[in-house]
Amino acid sequence: MKDILQELEDRRNVARMGGGERRVAAQHAKGKLTARERIELLLDEGSFEEFDMFVAHRCTDFGMEKDRPAGDGVVTGWGTVNGRMVYVFSQDFTVFGGSLSETHAQKICKIMDMALQNGAPVIGMNDSGGARIQEGVASLAGYAEVFQRNIMASGVVPQISLIMGPCAGGAVYSPAMTDFIFMVKDSSYMFVTGPDVVKTVTNEVVTAEELGGAVTHTKKSSVADGAYENDVEALAETRRLIDFLPLSNREKAPTRPFFDDPARIEESLDTLIPDNPNQPYDMKELILKLADEGDFFEIQRDYAGNIITGFIRIEGQSVGVVANQPMVLAGCLDIDSSRKAARFVRFCDAFEIPILTLVDVPGFLPGTSQEYGGVIKHGAKLLFAYGEATVPKVTVITRKAYGGAYDVMASKHLRGDFNYAWPTAEIAVMGAKGATEIIYRGRTAEEIAERTKEYEDRFANPFVAAEKGFVDEVIMPHSTRRRVARAFASLRSKKLTNPWKKHDNIPL
Amino acid sequence: MFKKILIANRGEIACRVIKSARAMGIKTVAVYSDADRNALHVRMADEAVHIGPAPANQSYIVIDKIMEAIRKTGAEAVHPGYGFLSENMNFAAALEKEGVVFIGPPSPAIEAMGDKITSKKLAMEAGVSTVPGYMGLIADADEAVKISGEIGYPVMIKASAGGGGKGMRIAWSEAEVKEGFESSKNEAANSFGDDRIFIEKFVTQPRHIEIQVLADKHGNCVYLHERECSIQRRNQKVIEEAPSPFLDEATRKAMGEQACALAQAVGYTSAGTVEFIVDGNRNFYFLEMNTRLQVEHPVTELITGVDLVEQMIRVANGEPLPFKQSDLKINGWAMESRLYAEDPYRGFLPSIGRLTRYRPPVEGKTSGGGIVRNDTGVFEGGEISMFYDPMIAKLCTWGPTRADAIEEMRLALDTFEVEGIGHNLPFCSAVMDHPRFVSGNITTAFIAEEYPEGFAGVTLDATLARRVVAAAAAMNRVAEIRRTRITGTMDNHERKVGTVWNVALQGEAHEVTIAADRAGSTVRFADGAEMRVESDWTPGQPLARLTVDGAPLVMKVGKVPSGFRLRLRGADFICHVRTPRQAELAGLMLEKVAPDTSKFLLCPMPGLVVKINVAEGDEVQEGQALATVEAMKMENILRAEKKGKVKAIKAAAGASLKVDEVIMEFE
Repeated sequence: MKDILQELEDRRNVARMGGGERRVAAQHAKGKLTARERIELLLDEGSFEEFDMFVAHRCTDFGMEKDRPAGDGVVTGWGTVNGRMVYVFSQDFTVFGGSLSETHAQKICKIMDMALQNGAPVIGMNDSGGARIQEGVASLAGYAEVFQRNIMASGVVPQISLIMGPCAGGAVYSPAMTDFIFMVKDSSYMFVTGPDVVKTVTNEVVTAEELGGAVTHTKKSSVADGAYENDVEALAETRRLIDFLPLSNREKAPTRPFFDDPARIEESLDTLIPDNPNQPYDMKELILKLADEGDFFEIQRDYAGNIITGFIRIEGQSVGVVANQPMVLAGCLDIDSSRKAARFVRFCDAFEIPILTLVDVPGFLPGTSQEYGGVIKHGAKLLFAYGEATVPKVTVITRKAYGGAYDVMASKHLRGDFNYAWPTAEIAVMGAKGATEIIYRGRTAEEIAERTKEYEDRFANPFVAAEKGFVDEVIMPHSTRRRVARAFASLRSKKLTNPWKKHDNIPL
Repeated sequence: MFKKILIANRGEIACRVIKSARAMGIKTVAVYSDADRNALHVRMADEAVHIGPAPANQSYIVIDKIMEAIRKTGAEAVHPGYGFLSENMNFAAALEKEGVVFIGPPSPAIEAMGDKITSKKLAMEAGVSTVPGYMGLIADADEAVKISGEIGYPVMIKASAGGGGKGMRIAWSEAEVKEGFESSKNEAANSFGDDRIFIEKFVTQPRHIEIQVLADKHGNCVYLHERECSIQRRNQKVIEEAPSPFLDEATRKAMGEQACALAQAVGYTSAGTVEFIVDGNRNFYFLEMNTRLQVEHPVTELITGVDLVEQMIRVANGEPLPFKQSDLKINGWAMESRLYAEDPYRGFLPSIGRLTRYRPPVEGKTSGGGIVRNDTGVFEGGEISMFYDPMIAKLCTWGPTRADAIEEMRLALDTFEVEGIGHNLPFCSAVMDHPRFVSGNITTAFIAEEYPEGFAGVTLDATLARRVVAAAAAMNRVAEIRRTRITGTMDNHERKVGTVWNVALQGEAHEVTIAADRAGSTVRFADGAEMRVESDWTPGQPLARLTVDGAPLVMKVGKVPSGFRLRLRGADFICHVRTPRQAELAGLMLEKVAPDTSKFLLCPMPGLVVKINVAEGDEVQEGQALATVEAMKMENILRAEKKGKVKAIKAAAGASLKVDEVIMEFE
């Protein structure tokens, strides 16, 4: 009997060795952790329960039958993050370079099916050379099986991808369909075709880092939602993100004890808006001062800085924040910022996370590059996302809310629940000068200047909108946290349902 | 008594004057420029009058505008504060003409003392010991070089009308005299509208010790002992104290009596300060007399109990001094740290912007038996503009002894929260812990000698580091336990927070075991030693006040993954708190090398490019001037750090640059 028990331990030990000491050392030399080490850091100590430790591939071509390591290059299972259940898979680069075989894919599919059934997030740690070439089409089939599950899980359970090594070719499409992608600087890259193929096809010479490194995807392509210095930091921050997210769309966003007075007064907000309406200010200060304990988890910080997206807590409960950033491009809406914010709003709506929108928007960015790029349809994404969202929506207009961009930014007309404005708000069809130039077309410059002044006095304030009920209340900046907290508190049992449809047809 | 006075100043000193006036039942009028529309002094005053655009030479130092504000409000007297018009005899004369009382000395005294050359002559005549130097006016740089040669190097080049380090240069060679003369002259012209320059011998190993005098209009004159202001950077005072740790009773008396003799010789009334240079043998030389309230007057107030502003107002009103020399005793010790909006990690370059957080320590009696006082002109949410002096607050502490006052200052500095701008709080903290400062063995060269490479922060000593480790472990426990109290956990399978933690700071890892009870935590180190931590800190609080082994520990706490950013005692570091296994895995991460910026000249502060001294393709030598950037009215010459060749120039004269913007690139 003892021998039989011992055999289990022996087999486990072999499986835990992954690709062996030499390959583990090579992984460490690159500053990368092994698949199991990553799981250890992601999950609560001792909480990991592994599935399919002894699964081995079934390939018999190219002599593969002689090398059938236990686990087949991916570690899967479940565990807890601060006591809440999550499913994980972690590709093991030390075993066949983490390449995806049919069985490797089956392991991933198994935990994804479990996650969907039991309502818990899936966190994938990607570190894979790509398809298991030896398996040919079976490997491709494996990818597609995973893709299908990503699609089915989308909007049901949160899916987070950590790119912690190579992720190329077909492999990129699984992360691409998850909710968030985080990369590790200098040790990860993602691309559909690598530098060699690029060189052959287009004659373009580019490094893997330039083509698909963390900087590229966080700053240029917006494929990734964030990048971290190393594996340890990436995993610690993922734990932090998970604390903001519900386990599935069947649950409300989580709450936890908080140590911050919901009625906290912030006198300094009364001077946040500069005297000069064209002078920028940092909207992040407002976010940090509204949030519980100043805690903000930003999504896509390095991309489309003219809009800020991320999670805070109010009274311990997760809230998604979307805010125009006057420091970048005057906070205007454009193709990039509309897409960024639209995707974020839809994530929040899918997972019952209330949305706080902070508005200081001078309008849409004009120009041929925007029009040629399709700003009409991209801007419509954000409009659509806000309009279809049924979660609690609280909006605060701090300064400008001009033109169509006013409508887009969670206005009353898009079923905003609470639409507040600061006394500094200017809610108008456009800036005063532009408006008078149209209304008084052909008049002298002096008259235009005079009329502009009149227009400013009449319309550059929140009260015209307030008279019409488009703004529910004009509030003091210093009491914004209290007002916003009370607004969300009153919306805790909000029920709003959209008409039945197979699905909508958002302008993709 | 006056019913209403106008304060012809801004910032902390305007607020300071308003406080005393209000306590005396006098109404106050503030004046403000465009940049100060929302300033604290405007909010504090009973009335406020707008006097023009932001630059001081279009507002605060325009006599006509102040006179107009006086007429408009019917103020009976004017307190000028320091700087601006405080030592402008034309202003005093203009007030006299309109029958408005100047809360300061009579204009002839200002005139006599305001000119450094005249004042030195008068001082000599009054029997005050003086420094050798050239008293005449100097026409040009060549003459300056000649005179400097006669006096002997090093020499000090000074603006006649100067003060506060502006228009002042020390020169050790002919080349430096030439350069210094021109820049002093320019600065003097810009700051004071008077470009006269004089030169004197620069006393080596000097201490800056000054005597506070107070004279009434009835012939009474007293001295309120000394202040030592030797902790200076580029002739700008940073830390002051009263009394001086250096003076003996006899020297103090001699200096005080000479100061009074000088005051009386020029018919001085009101508060004034006679500055001396004191050498290592307690020889003292007259430097100048400041015919105004000094920035550092609070330390004198703390050790004498006299409200100098109140006395200035009473003297101006014709009242006799309520005390005699023999009534003025030294009670305890007072320290002052000047809070500058200057980034110590960037060579103390001016920093402007919004004060996103500004929480000074609580004023008044401390639990340690001391006193904290903070004279300030700013508030959270206020803007630090580039137009005025970068000093935004004066933090003072008092204790029965010098050591007590220093200890109170350490805690007060650790408690002071300032965010949004670069500031010198860490530097002040570092000085308070510097053994040489603590010993009292200081000179005006203290900062230059002790921080020759600038200030790069502080490394905590082992004892203090251990206290921080214990505190961080206790704080982390609170944060971790809160994390487990989230909704949606699996019943009966909750996360248990462990007791063994690895705390890494300043390159050293400490494995500790923590045991908590209702009152606090006991942290045991690997060597068996235990520390008791008590605190009501909760996650998210930016300031942690703890008691570690019975003694207070105050730290600023920031958020980082797996730990805290901690700031205390001039140190600023990341403290990771991890489980032993997490720490082991973190140890496998590679150190990343910061990108090389040495091939670029970066703009060290937000400012205006005044001049680019080199052209593309030029070979430059180490120390060669590359560009001049103006910020906060100071011209900063940026020099080559090493030999090289200019590859490209990215900014032109007149350009307005942000911090770290590239000015030029080297090959």
